Amino acid sequence: MGVARYWRQQDQRYNLGGSKCTICNREFFPSRTMCPICHRRSLGKMEKYHFKGFGKVTSFTVVHDPAPGYRSQVPYILATIELEEGDLVLGQIVDCPPSEVEIGSDVEMVFRKLSEEGKSGTIQYGYKFRLK
Amino acid sequence: MGSGIVSYGVYVPRYRIYPKDIGRIWGQDGAAMGKALNINAKSVPAPDEDAATIAVMAARRTLLRVDVDPQEIGAIFVGSESHPYAVKPTASIVSEAIGAAPHLTAADLEFACKAGTVGMQACLGLINSSNKNIPIDYALAIGSDTSQGAPGNALEYSASAGGVAFLLGHEKVIADIELTMSYTTDTPDFWRREGMKYPSHGERFTGKPAYFKHIQETAEKMMRSMGTGPQDYEYAVFHQPNGKFPITIGKKLGFKMEQIETGLITPYIGNTYSASMMIGLANILDKAKPGDRILAVSYGSGAGSDGFHIVVKDEIERFARERSPLVMEEISHGIPIDYSIYVKFRDKIKMEGE
Ligand SMILES: [Zn+2]
Repeated sequence: MGVARYWRQQDQRYNLGGSKCTICNREFFPSRTMCPICHRRSLGKMEKYHFKGFGKVTSFTVVHDPAPGYRSQVPYILATIELEEGDLVLGQIVDCPPSEVEIGSDVEMVFRKLSEEGKSGTIQYGYKFRLK
Repeated sequence: MGSGIVSYGVYVPRYRIYPKDIGRIWGQDGAAMGKALNINAKSVPAPDEDAATIAVMAARRTLLRVDVDPQEIGAIFVGSESHPYAVKPTASIVSEAIGAAPHLTAADLEFACKAGTVGMQACLGLINSSNKNIPIDYALAIGSDTSQGAPGNALEYSASAGGVAFLLGHEKVIADIELTMSYTTDTPDFWRREGMKYPSHGERFTGKPAYFKHIQETAEKMMRSMGTGPQDYEYAVFHQPNGKFPITIGKKLGFKMEQIETGLITPYIGNTYSASMMIGLANILDKAKPGDRILAVSYGSGAGSDGFHIVVKDEIERFARERSPLVMEEISHGIPIDYSIYVKFRDKIKMEGE
């Protein structure tokens, strides 16, 4: 992914920046321009919302065949997390062996390195999770 | 109007390596080395942690404890000797990640292990001169490092990782900083040239004319100015490159073990460099009561010391410490790793294509 595309997604990745429908008060991640419940009525009524970063694991998988740049973290855990506010997010769970993660485990957001463009390129940062 | 510490927060990576496991690889008696240095374990950052991620975590935990809008922060300084970029500030990453951007000034600072306390002084300067020309009410000083010692070098037993942030201001102050003074000389005790992975040190400089002299000069100058003596402080905290030096200098200055021990964190997690003295100060603030006086002196090789005379205020009784981990809680979650995992995590293995 290019430097500019990462930069545009910075609020989403750094601060779980999503959106909130001011009609039905539902929060969405990632950000939406229209609420899937209120449809056209929500146009122009969506505002920025930063998720608090707390949630529960709803499912997870242990990755043994890593994505580029993740060799030193194998085996690592990828999980879908239901955020306290309601929406789902996919994220890595760090600082624990796979045996400690369960469906329903409480997690909190941490700020970590996501990837880097080699040793001379930019470093991308963003949210991951760890057990609370 | 007093100015000082409004909030603070710490972050220490979870992984730990023990001196005996380092010594085993290099044919040294690691346990004896650990004992000599008074270091029982050192923190090791995960492969996806660096001085920026640690700084962000410490800063977020600082803001969780106080109802200050991040947009009110007018300055952020991040002190580190392991900034992830040579050019591109860590401070702007922190600014964005805590929601303080864009209406603030920010910069990275560097002065070996005292870069974080220089940041505190810069913040105090801005806050104390705050007026309509310099409208800065809150400023954030961070010390954060993921330091490395060359494999097999004595520094490998101590160089660790951690970070701490102090939010300074003149409202909701939990501890006044009544005086800050420094002492700086050009002393070649420790250095790292641009592009080099590991630092070097001049053996004969590391003790007496460097660490001990700078801290002693600063502490004595501070106490002369305040008209105080060691008996007037509940706590004293000094930079801690190992667990021994701060005890030695503390006693030399006339402090008793009861005054020094609360600020001693290096024995549990090693030397967190720019965060070292400041984490000790955070642990003191975790326990301090209104009226307590603290003498805090940092040291950075190359060389200099910054001293702070701090008086704890009533506001600390209302301070929401419990919203973020206390220092002793934070360092209690160690995950032991052996030397081979350590080498992998610290990027000491040459990979395919490198
Ligand atoms: Zn809606």
